Amino acid sequence: MILARVIGNAVATIKHPSYEGRTILVLQPVATDTHTPNGKEFLSVDSVQAGIGDLVMASREGNTARQILGTNQDPFHSVIVGIVDHVDDMEAEDKQ
Amino acid sequence: MDFEKSTFSSRMSEELEGEMELGKVIGTVVASVKYKGLESVKLLVIQPQDADGKKQGEPVIATDSMQAGVGDVVALLTGREATLALPEPFVPVDAGVIGIIDHAWKDESVL
Repeated sequence: MILARVIGNAVATIKHPSYEGRTILVLQPVATDTHTPNGKEFLSVDSVQAGIGDLVMASREGNTARQILGTNQDPFHSVIVGIVDHVDDMEAEDKQ
Repeated sequence: MDFEKSTFSSRMSEELEGEMELGKVIGTVVASVKYKGLESVKLLVIQPQDADGKKQGEPVIATDSMQAGVGDVVALLTGREATLALPEPFVPVDAGVIGIIDHAWKDESVL
């Protein structure tokens, strides 16, 4: 699981049947300070009603996504599994 | 030596991990001899891009089960899951189109 910020969304009319009714969001992985970009953006399916600007936990592993979203036959790879309220990074605080 | 090994293994794991990203269809691939199970599957050349349309990395060849065409922006799924959108899921494929994107946007000011 990684920490990411929801920065946009993607709308598709023609999509795989397993994606019907799902929201696809654009996520930017961030460091533990919650705003420094850390890696390139990716698409993820929402399962917790996350919105633009939210800090979220996202799983980038197919088996987790399939367990949460559908059957073991559906082509999911990434899913948002939680909205983060607060992050404490003791190591970063020590450095400051 | 240790450095080379670690670079290689990290690159390998990155490729094997896969992800879902945006891409633009820039061409098609025609192959008359294909692995059994891929006979009726269309192949496209896709340039990964971000939500603003900026190129990200090198083009890849992906299977298409959504009837996308050249110029379409698509949702590109890489990794083992890509085969799950195909009629025969046990085939050697690591990238596939799973949707045609009408509209995608991002706002980096929220970071």
